Amino acid sequence: MSKSPEVKLVNVPSPNFVPEKDADKPLVLEAAHLGIDFGGLVAVDEFNIGIGATEICGLIGPNGAGKTTIFNLLTKVYEPTRGTIMLGGKDTHNMTPVQVNQMGIARTFQNIRLFDKLSVEENVKIGLHNHIGYHTLSGVFRLPSYWKEEKKSHERALELLDIFGMADLANVTADSLPYGAQRRLEIVRALATGPKLLLLDEPAAGMNPSETEELMNNIRKIRDEFQIAVLLIEHDMNLVMGICESIVVLNFGRIIAKGTPSQIQGNPQVIEAYLGTHRG
Amino acid sequence: MLAHLINGISLGSIYAIIALGYTMVYGIAKMLNFAHGDVIMVGGYISFCSMMYLNLPAPVAVLVAVFVCTVLGIVVERLAYKPLRAATSLAVLITAIGMSYFLQNAALLIWGANPKAFPNMFKNIEAIEIAGARVSPVAIVAIVANLIIMVALTLFTTRTKVGKAMRAVSEDKGAATLMGINVNFTISLTFAIGSGLAAIAGVLLCTAYPTLMPTTGSMPGIKAFTAAVFGGIGSIPGAMIGGILLGIIEILARAYISSELADAIVFGVLIVVLIFRPTGLLGKQIHEKV
Amino acid sequence: MNMIKNASSASKKAFLNYGIVIVFFIVFQTLVSTGNITSALKGQLIPIVCYMIMAVSLNLVVGISGELSLGHAGFMSVGAFTAVIVSSAMGDAANPAKLVVSMIVGAGVAAIAGFLIGIPVLRLNGDYLAIVTLAFGEIIKNILNCLYVGIDEKGVHFAFNNPDALGMNPLGKVVINGPMGAVGISKIATFPAAVILLMIILIVIQNLVNSRTGRAIMAIRDNRIAAESMGLSPMKYKMLAFTVSASMAGAAGAVYALNYSTLVPKKFDFNTSILVLVFVVLGGIGNMTGSLIAAGVLVVLPELLRKFSDYRMLVYAIVLILVMLVTNNEKLKGRIDTFFKKFRMNIAKGGRKK
Repeated sequence: MSKSPEVKLVNVPSPNFVPEKDADKPLVLEAAHLGIDFGGLVAVDEFNIGIGATEICGLIGPNGAGKTTIFNLLTKVYEPTRGTIMLGGKDTHNMTPVQVNQMGIARTFQNIRLFDKLSVEENVKIGLHNHIGYHTLSGVFRLPSYWKEEKKSHERALELLDIFGMADLANVTADSLPYGAQRRLEIVRALATGPKLLLLDEPAAGMNPSETEELMNNIRKIRDEFQIAVLLIEHDMNLVMGICESIVVLNFGRIIAKGTPSQIQGNPQVIEAYLGTHRG
Repeated sequence: MLAHLINGISLGSIYAIIALGYTMVYGIAKMLNFAHGDVIMVGGYISFCSMMYLNLPAPVAVLVAVFVCTVLGIVVERLAYKPLRAATSLAVLITAIGMSYFLQNAALLIWGANPKAFPNMFKNIEAIEIAGARVSPVAIVAIVANLIIMVALTLFTTRTKVGKAMRAVSEDKGAATLMGINVNFTISLTFAIGSGLAAIAGVLLCTAYPTLMPTTGSMPGIKAFTAAVFGGIGSIPGAMIGGILLGIIEILARAYISSELADAIVFGVLIVVLIFRPTGLLGKQIHEKV
Repeated sequence: MNMIKNASSASKKAFLNYGIVIVFFIVFQTLVSTGNITSALKGQLIPIVCYMIMAVSLNLVVGISGELSLGHAGFMSVGAFTAVIVSSAMGDAANPAKLVVSMIVGAGVAAIAGFLIGIPVLRLNGDYLAIVTLAFGEIIKNILNCLYVGIDEKGVHFAFNNPDALGMNPLGKVVINGPMGAVGISKIATFPAAVILLMIILIVIQNLVNSRTGRAIMAIRDNRIAAESMGLSPMKYKMLAFTVSASMAGAAGAVYALNYSTLVPKKFDFNTSILVLVFVVLGGIGNMTGSLIAAGVLVVLPELLRKFSDYRMLVYAIVLILVMLVTNNEKLKGRIDTFFKKFRMNIAKGGRKK
């Protein structure tokens, strides 16, 4: 496996641990005893996680383990049956996806969900929506604030697209982009909402090794530049072991292991449940 | 009160028979067949002509109407809807609206704008007295016909091979094709059954409310469609419950509140139901997968 | 000027639409003032503009917001009957003032109706939303059928479902008479006023669409779940589009009503809603230019076909079905494309031989 960033995990005042560098900063997200049932079927149970302010955390597990369900719980697409989610110290009970996004959580989707008929730039501008400061009426009557803010958001959109070298694709419609570029655009769009925590659902799916390598660098770059936390679901073990500082392994809706990449690689339970079947 | 209730159930039974056509077509082709109401009108005119001009006895006239409407249903589906199976639902809806205009205006050219007085098939039969309420024979016939149709359709869709194929196509067209089901035939059959039922409803409707015009079918069509949505579109028992409830509400509103506002009350009840049960009384809840 | 030079393709389209409206106005205004227009067509000018407004405003809901509404005529009738009451109540005021106030109040009341109806309706999806908007359109018609309004020197009197409850003095005038509708309307609407309204509405719609609000509306249409995860509230923006569209239909209704001396609620039934939807679909979903042209052509077309009076609606229905089949069936579309290609090539070849 590839080189793991050797990080020391330290305990924080809860059953969780975070990388040493984040120990004195408040957790960006903390979930405790989280669970959801679908019509009597327990999909996720006793899910506990704490994510440090600038941590890159991996969520792995075999297909059907409940990884995307966890994302849907954290972003409040589903209301959890049990447990609490604290976002920046606030309980998100009964909040909507819109509210939790405004509190600093942004995500991408496993099955890409771009605004297909709109241009790349417009997709990013929709991410910037809540940071563009003019009123609907200023837009309708084209008041000066419209021109000023539209110019600002245009420049900001190009800046963000440039992280992935996509600024020259700004005027292309989203559905005409190749698959890998669509995934990258989803990340840019999520980033535009100004999150403190970025959730990436299989960001490397469908990418070739060199694209994946580039993606890894970019995820690190985003984290360093924006000083945000990243939680990612991924099947590509090179990526997970290469950039994650901590890893949570899920099987049948429950956590079976937590730790640094090297701890996870050596964990016999994980190897049996996941790695053993995954790479032989 | 009892008389109103029975009249309501009777009108509701007619709505239910029409609603079945809507619900079956929606279930299988996922389209709102706006022209369905106008098939009722065609059924009415065909039976009218058979009785008045060809002097056929009433039961034969009904059979002729059913036959013509069944053929009409199949032809309409083949010509207008089949080519659009891959198109957006809005495109299909507009085409169905075009078909509705077409049928109404064709009827206007053939039979004229003047209302025709539909002959009373039951003129030799006295109104029946039930617990002191006088009930017209057509009301009884409508209720009985509805019950028979409902039982027959339920048996058909659950017990016969073709009926099961129908349910399979409504669940998943692609998978049904892979299982060797002839999807085109099944859809045609659904339209045929729905249109045949519309003809029966047309005869009942015109006997109960004996004025026949090119626009006769449109309002009952819309109300039956409302009934289908009310009960949960795609569901056969839903269409029956929706139709009967709607009929009762309409007759009671007409009798006790205001005949001007009866339709508004019917639609109001639909809205209230949909607010609390967004897919109707017996409709399935569908969640989008994220 | 820099602004125009830098205009995106969206703003270019917007200017095209303003151009179309201005040319339309100049052509018909010239025809009217030189007397080169049949009285039938002249009588249709204001209704044509009203239907253009109806089409572009419905396109805001159907095309931009992506919700199928089958009750747009209901809002038109709310605006129309409000305008009749307002203009009658203003008595001897100057006609332009009466017209402007009627339009504004008509739009406002229609916006309130749109907002109230939007609360339950916009929670529903797809076909359910369609049937409920249809139901609301019918409910509005039924309620207006029961509405009686009279004016005497004490002011405006309202009664519901009972004309005797108006309680007016004998000199009072009945303005709205239940199912008989509005009677004795003063015809104060003018063609230039209608065109100005259309222009304002086009500017509002196009500027709205090309702003952050418009992007939000389209994002919710394209992918509701992704839009929510970006912090956009679907209810808020769907409601905004629906209410704005309703108010525009109300303004169109006001101008429409003040062009006739009598008007019945039945005029704005389900069939009118469908007619406007047909304009939107044939003009192209989300395409404002298409809506303008379709509304203009399809309102005039039946008038032009009056010679074939008996067959005109039948022809209309057949044309509608054929257009839908040709534009939505891949095979037919392909065949027609190759036909035209061959046709063009033949012409080109023919030209070369000569």
